[in-house]
Amino acid sequence: MARIALDHIAHSYLPEPKGSADYALKRIHYEWEDGGAYALLGPSGCGKTTLLNIISGLLTPSEGQVHYDGRDVTGLPPEQRNIAQVFQFPVLYDTMTVFDNLAFPLRNRKIAEPDVKKRVLEVAEILELSEVLKKRAANLSADAKQKISLGRGLVRSDVAAILFDEPLTVIDPHLKWQLRRKLKEIHEQLRLTLIYVTHDQVEAMTFAEKVVVMYEGEILQIGTPEELFDHPQHTFVGYFIGSPGMNFLPCTVAEGGAQVAGGRIALDPATFSLAQNATGELQVGIRPMYLELHDTAVANGLQASVSLVEDQGNCKIVTVQLNGTTLRARLPEEKPAPGERVWLVFPPQHTKLFADGRLLQEQPS
Amino acid sequence: MKIRKRTIALLIYFFLLMLPIYWMLNMSFRSNADILGYFALYPKDITFANYMRIFTDKAWYSGYLNSMIYVTINTLISLSLALPAAYAFSRYHFVGDGQIFFWLLTNRMAPAAVFLLPFFQLYSTFGLIDTHIAVALAHCLFNVPLAVWILEGFMSGVPKEIDETAYLDGYSFPRFFIRVFLPLIRSGVGVTAFFCFMFSWVELLIARTLTTTNAKPIAATMTRTVSAGGLDWGLLAAAGVLTIVPGALVIWFVRNHMAKGFALGRV
Amino acid sequence: MDKWENNRAWFLVLPVFFIVAFSAIIPLMTVVNYSVQDIFGPGQRVFVGTEWFEEVLGDKRLHDALWRQFLFSGLVLLIEIPLGVVIALLMPKKGWGASASLVILALPLLIPWNVIGTIWIIFTRPDIGLLGAAINTMGIAFDHTASPIQAWITLMFMEVWHWTPLVALLAYAGLQAIPEAYYQAAKIDGASAWSTFKYIQLPKMRGVLTIAVLLRFMDSFLIYAEPFVLTGGGPGNTTTFLSIYLVKIAVGQFDLGPAAAFSLIYFLIVLLFSWLFYQALQNVGKGDVK
Repeated sequence: MARIALDHIAHSYLPEPKGSADYALKRIHYEWEDGGAYALLGPSGCGKTTLLNIISGLLTPSEGQVHYDGRDVTGLPPEQRNIAQVFQFPVLYDTMTVFDNLAFPLRNRKIAEPDVKKRVLEVAEILELSEVLKKRAANLSADAKQKISLGRGLVRSDVAAILFDEPLTVIDPHLKWQLRRKLKEIHEQLRLTLIYVTHDQVEAMTFAEKVVVMYEGEILQIGTPEELFDHPQHTFVGYFIGSPGMNFLPCTVAEGGAQVAGGRIALDPATFSLAQNATGELQVGIRPMYLELHDTAVANGLQASVSLVEDQGNCKIVTVQLNGTTLRARLPEEKPAPGERVWLVFPPQHTKLFADGRLLQEQPS
Repeated sequence: MKIRKRTIALLIYFFLLMLPIYWMLNMSFRSNADILGYFALYPKDITFANYMRIFTDKAWYSGYLNSMIYVTINTLISLSLALPAAYAFSRYHFVGDGQIFFWLLTNRMAPAAVFLLPFFQLYSTFGLIDTHIAVALAHCLFNVPLAVWILEGFMSGVPKEIDETAYLDGYSFPRFFIRVFLPLIRSGVGVTAFFCFMFSWVELLIARTLTTTNAKPIAATMTRTVSAGGLDWGLLAAAGVLTIVPGALVIWFVRNHMAKGFALGRV
Repeated sequence: MDKWENNRAWFLVLPVFFIVAFSAIIPLMTVVNYSVQDIFGPGQRVFVGTEWFEEVLGDKRLHDALWRQFLFSGLVLLIEIPLGVVIALLMPKKGWGASASLVILALPLLIPWNVIGTIWIIFTRPDIGLLGAAINTMGIAFDHTASPIQAWITLMFMEVWHWTPLVALLAYAGLQAIPEAYYQAAKIDGASAWSTFKYIQLPKMRGVLTIAVLLRFMDSFLIYAEPFVLTGGGPGNTTTFLSIYLVKIAVGQFDLGPAAAFSLIYFLIVLLFSWLFYQALQNVGKGDVK
């Protein structure tokens, strides 16, 4: 197990990168704590797999260093880093039995056969693979195969971290949930550092203690699932996390609040004072679950028309038009569907303001 | 350093691979007296006389034309017949589909020598001996099954939903096949054409048996020279070099698709 | 992929069926016909039953040709398959080097088979051939038209030169189809280059290697033009393979009955062995270890 530090990492797949557009990763600087469960979340092409491969050593970054427990491993190949990786598709040695598959990394490291056997049996027990140890790995189902891939990482007692590259892509939905729970169990049992790449927010939020949101080669925000939900640091995080994503309205600062097309939104005093000094394009953001809908005119209410009500079983998603801007609100299931005309209220404590995509907040001093 | 060693090993192999061809090329630029006179690693007095003779002597150049004609006819027949059949095999279950498919493939295992006499008699009956069409038809024996096999592989790679959508959109089968489906498997058709061309081009035994003069392939013209006394090595070498040219040209055009055809494991 | 049930699909297969039947079944029936009759001339034929088969099966020269053929095909497989795999492993995976390698490899495959023989005559003749002259300069008397051993060696060189590229191309395609993740996993698991080859590359190449073995067996077993041009079956009968002998009987001596019986036996041998190879290779690496 190890603490993994990324020291000003940048990577380009081109031999001579010119502008920042040539970089798949731009200035990543972060430290992964020992024993943490992390999710790397972002849309495809955001550089999350690149970052994973840099951590595992399959790629050498163009710039910056990787440290394991303070040791510089930037130039070391994966086999010397004590890392394990589980790929999108189950990677197995088809001609071997499950046992031999699990024993393979140990045997390659010239570990004595009795120890190999002991370790494999232990891991098989954890992963519930004991029954199939003698079977040929090629004949198993996709989820069992993926468990074997994971097992090949777990057998090595000295493993620094286990990296997952969208490991549940080929697994049936009902088994996904089981496998994810298994992963959590293993994490709690062994306290290994786990880094889990996914583009699925549900997967990230349920698995990880900390979620790292990436976009276009940059880390936008790192935080617990709650932090990401309640305090998105960037409009992308607000939009990407939560279903439906955060509502955004372009605005200007006006007396006591934010002026949007269709009315004025009240802001809390701290946000308002920050807004007065802000430069760049301003946007108001609010989570659908915090947007209030009223059937009659209320103070500070903005009049909007309802264009769609979707019943999702546990809640209702209401789509409204506010002077040409589409907003979504999430109503508890027991609330009745609104009429054609509604008045929107933005509670100040949940209304965020973003300048050029970044959250306006007091700079930590 | 490991990479360098591999490259050097590969280059040595390619060098050895090209050596016999180079040697023939070398000979083709020398006169026969020159070749027999002294040993030389490269032609000192380059002469194009051998090539000139081939291009001006009808007995020679008609051989090339004949080969080209029947190879082209064969490729066209093979492709046009194999396309619908391959579609049927890739999309439908029908009575005896597996058996027919296997039976088609066994024809590639038939020794050409087995079919020599029957072919000769068969085509004599129809009065087709010494025609291009006879050779083209005979080569269908191994090229049509091959074409069906390769094309079926490419077609199975196209999702069936595409067919369903097109039929729902009101396409008739022929229109769908030509307008929608063929463009999708373009590279597959190219690869298939390449292999049909290749196998028809390199085959000699059947082609020679079914022709006498009018449709005689170039390869057979060359064997005649071999058996004649007092060989003209330079001329023979030049003729040999010219038989490689069409293949080399074709391969240059399909080089990027070639790996794909091989990847399907269907040759 | 699930297929549609539709017997009308037969109409799409009919043209192929007819042309292949015309080219295969009719001639094959003729062969069967010949194999059981003695033909003196038009309209004069006698049913002779299995007489020709007995004659052919008892023919000592055919036995010799058959063993030669097995030896030849066996050597071909033993040399070309491993060599082809090694070459495929050496080839670059992408870039212009990969295209160039493919083009160079494919070149020998596109040369008409008798021209292959011609090339090797020119290349190996002791007086004008590069190889022949080079060997003689080294002090070894080399003339493949005189020594059976040297004729065999020359033939093997020609065959390996001609067809190893096909094996290499197939193996290369098989290697290209292996996803990068397998190599990454092997690296992470600390596998050596040899382990990677043995446990990843070789098993993943099984399909294409099956095809390579089948093709190389079939085509080497049916070989005709190249040895015919290079050695003419000699010296003596030492390089007379089955096809060469068959053509000699059928065209040279015009013994239609024995030739037809010979043809059928020949065909059956190829079918049988292809099937055996196919079954054997299919079963390698399948099923559970008990």
